[in-house]
Amino acid sequence: MSQLGRRKFLLYGSTGVLASLLLKGCASGGEGDTAADPCAGANPCAAGDGIKVGILHSLSGTMAISETTVVDAEMMAIDEINAAGGVLGKKIIPVKEDGASDWPTFAEKAAKLIDQDKVVTVFGCWASASRKAVMPVFESKKHMLWYPVQYEGQECSNNVFYTGAPPTQQIEPAVDWLLENKGIEFFLVGSDYVFPRTANTIIKEQLAAKGGKTVGEDYLPLGDTEVTPIIAKIKAALPNGGVIFNSLNGDSNVSFFKQMQGAGLTADKYPVMSVSVAEEEVRQIGAEYLKGHYASWNYYQTVETPANSKFVADFKAKYGEDRVTNDPMESAYIMVYLWKQAVEKAGTTDLEPVRAAAVGQTFDAPQGEVAMQPNHHISQTVRLGQVRDDGLFDVVWSTEESLEPIPWNQYVKETQGFACDLTDPAKGGKYKA
Amino acid sequence: MSTLVEGLFNGFSIGSVLLIAALGLAIVFGLMGVINLAHGELMMLGAYATFVVQNIFKPLGEPWFSLYIIVAIPVAFIVSATVGLILERGAIRFLYGRPLETLLATWGISLILRQFVRSVDWLLFISIGVFCLLFFGGMKLVKRRNDWLRIKNKVIALLLFLSGGIAIAFNSLLSSNSTLTKPWFSARNVDVTAPSWLRGGTDALGFQIPYARLFIIVLTIICLIGVYWFLQRSTWGLKIRAVTQNRTMSSCLGIPTDKVDALTFALGTGMAGVAGCAVSLLGSVGPNTGQNYIVDTFMVVVVGGVGNLLGTVLAAMGIGVLNYLIGSGTLALMLTNINAPQGALDLAFFFANSSMAKVMVFALIIVFLQIKPAGLFPQKGRTAEL
Repeated sequence: MSQLGRRKFLLYGSTGVLASLLLKGCASGGEGDTAADPCAGANPCAAGDGIKVGILHSLSGTMAISETTVVDAEMMAIDEINAAGGVLGKKIIPVKEDGASDWPTFAEKAAKLIDQDKVVTVFGCWASASRKAVMPVFESKKHMLWYPVQYEGQECSNNVFYTGAPPTQQIEPAVDWLLENKGIEFFLVGSDYVFPRTANTIIKEQLAAKGGKTVGEDYLPLGDTEVTPIIAKIKAALPNGGVIFNSLNGDSNVSFFKQMQGAGLTADKYPVMSVSVAEEEVRQIGAEYLKGHYASWNYYQTVETPANSKFVADFKAKYGEDRVTNDPMESAYIMVYLWKQAVEKAGTTDLEPVRAAAVGQTFDAPQGEVAMQPNHHISQTVRLGQVRDDGLFDVVWSTEESLEPIPWNQYVKETQGFACDLTDPAKGGKYKA
Repeated sequence: MSTLVEGLFNGFSIGSVLLIAALGLAIVFGLMGVINLAHGELMMLGAYATFVVQNIFKPLGEPWFSLYIIVAIPVAFIVSATVGLILERGAIRFLYGRPLETLLATWGISLILRQFVRSVDWLLFISIGVFCLLFFGGMKLVKRRNDWLRIKNKVIALLLFLSGGIAIAFNSLLSSNSTLTKPWFSARNVDVTAPSWLRGGTDALGFQIPYARLFIIVLTIICLIGVYWFLQRSTWGLKIRAVTQNRTMSSCLGIPTDKVDALTFALGTGMAGVAGCAVSLLGSVGPNTGQNYIVDTFMVVVVGGVGNLLGTVLAAMGIGVLNYLIGSGTLALMLTNINAPQGALDLAFFFANSSMAKVMVFALIIVFLQIKPAGLFPQKGRTAEL
C-alpha cells in the first residue's frame, strides 16, 4: 500500500462520500426481513371455495417495523372470522403482497392483486405516500382499499375506506386541549415530508383562529439524529416553558426525546404532544425519556372496555406476552370486521353493493363503538394519553362520545366549507356544503 | 456573550459527535486508504454491545447499573475491533490497493451486518459456530498432510460443501425449538437508557449543559489523546506510521506489515465501536443506526485531509459549529444585530432550519473543496504526488 497521493485521495474520497450517500438512499428500500409466508409472492394460495382478500403492506424496508404489526392485527381478525365460520359460509383467504417501503412497488402490487389474484378488496398501506401511490390504481379499476392509519386528511375517495383518524379526530382536539390546559404558545417540530407539513399548516391556522400563538417551527430530515439546533430554538422561543407539538416520525423521535431531557426541557414545563408516538415507539425510545409527555390517539392498550380486554388478551396469546397493541393495529382490526359485516349485509362480495352496505355499519371495537360514515371515514372517540412508568398510556382526557370525521379541513382556507358525502352521487367526494 | 458561549458549546458538542464517529474512519481511511463503507455498521455493533451490557447490569440494581456505561465502552471497543479484525483477515486484506473493489466489498459487509442483527438468534449463532468449527477445524487437520498444496482446492470445495450441509441440516433439525429461534434483537429498534447521572444537565455558564453531551466531549478528548499517544509514542504506532509512509522499505527493515495492517484496521473499527456507544446516549439504536452517520463521517475525513488527526479535529469542529450557527438561527440573529444588508439577512433566515442548514453546510463544503481539494492539511513532500 503506497502513500495516498492527492489526486487518488480526492478520487477515493469523493467516491467514498458518493457511495455512502447512495448506500443511505438504498437503505430505505433495499433490505429488510420478509416474513415467510406460503401465500406471499408469485404463488398465491389456490382459491378453493374461499374469498380472496389482498393484504398490501411493507414487509421489508424501513416501514416494515410498523407495517408488520398492522399485518399481524389484520391476520388475527381474518383468523377469528374464519374460525367462526367465515363470510357467507366461505373462508377468507388472505393474499399477502410486499410493498417493500417503495411507493411505485405499492402501485404495482395493488394492480397485481386486483388483476391477477382477483381479490374482492385490499387492506393496506401505512405512509401517506404509499396511499397516494396506489390511489390511481384503485380509482381507475373502481376497486376498494381499506386504510388503517391516522393521516393528514384533505382526501375523500369513493374507492377508499379510512379507519384511521383525519386531523379532526386527532390533532385538532389535542390542540384545543393544550390551549385550555397547557398554554397558548406552541412550537411545532416535524419530520420533513408531507404529513408533518400538512399537519402543521392545520395547527397554525387553528391556533390563529383560537387565540393561540405559533412561536416557531422546524423540520428535521427523516432519520436525522442531531437536534441541538432545534432545542436551542425552542429555548430561545419559549424561555419560560410552553407547548411543543411533535410530528416527528421514526428514529428522530428517539434523539429528540433523549436530547430534550439532557437540555433540561422537562415534561412539566415543556409538555410534548406527539401524534406518531404510540406504545410500540415508547418501548423503543425508552419510557424513562417520555414519562409525563402526551400523545393523541383514538385507542391505547390501556383503554378499559370489555372488547379491548379480549382484543389485548387474544393478541398476546397469539403473538407473545411481550407484544403491545396500538392505535393503527386496532384500526386495522376494525376494518376487517367492518368489511365482513358489509359483505354479509350485501349478501355478495361484488364491489358496488359492498361499498353501499359498508356505510352505516357499526362495530363494537376495542376503543368503543365506531360507525362508518357517508364520507367513508369512521366516527371514533378521541383520547389524550400521558406516558407512565411502564411505557403504556394513562388516558387523561377523552371525548364524551365518538366524534364525527371531517376529512376536508375547515381551518385551511383552500378546503374551508367543503364536505364529502359518497352515498349521494349529486354531492360526491368534495362539494360546497 | 452568553449566547456566543452557548453557541460555541453547542457547536462543539455537535462537532464532538462527528469527531468521535469519524476518528475510526480517519485511521482506516486516512492512514490505510481503505474506503470502509461498513464503518457505520461497526458503530451500530458498538451501540448494540452497549445495549447488551445495559441489560446485563439491569438486574444488579443500583449502584451497579449507573456504572454500566463505563463497562460498555471497552466492551463496545472489543466487540467492534474483533469484528473488524475478522473482516480485515477475511476480506479486506485481499483487496488492498483496489479501492473500488474494497468499496463494493465493504458495502456488502454493511448489508450483511445489518441483516445479521435483524435475524440473529441462538440457532443462527450455533449454526455458524458449527460451520466454522467443521470447516476451519477440517482445514487445520488436512493441512498437516504433505500433499496439501496439491489437494488444496479440492479439499476446500469438499469441506465447504460438507460443513455447509451439516450446518444447514443442524439448523433445520433445531428450528422447531422456539427458544432457540427467538431473535436476540429483531428488526425493531432497542432502547438504550442512559444511567441517571448522565440524564439531565447542569446550569453552569448561564445555560443548560447536558451531561450526556459533556460526557461525549470528554470521551472524545480521551480517545483523541489515546489515539495520538498510540500513534506517536508507542512502538506499534511507530510501525504503523512507517508502513503508512513506505510499505516496501518497512517490510525490508523487518516490520511485519501484515500484522500492522490488521492492528490498524482493528484500532479504527474499535474506535467506531466506542463512537457507537457514545451516540447511543443521544439517538436511536437499531439496525439502520449506522446509516445516519456514514455520510457525515466521510465528510469530516475528506474535509480534514488524509492521514492527519489535527485536520479531522478541525473539520469536525468547523462543521459542527457551522451547522449549529446556521441551523439554530444564531447566524441570522447576529446579522440582525450588526445591521447586515437585507439580502444577507433573508438568506440567513431562509437557511435557519435543520433541513436547510444541512443543504448550506454541504454547499459550503463543496466550495471549500474547490479551493483546497485535498482537505485542510494536504500531505506535503515527495510521497504526496504518488
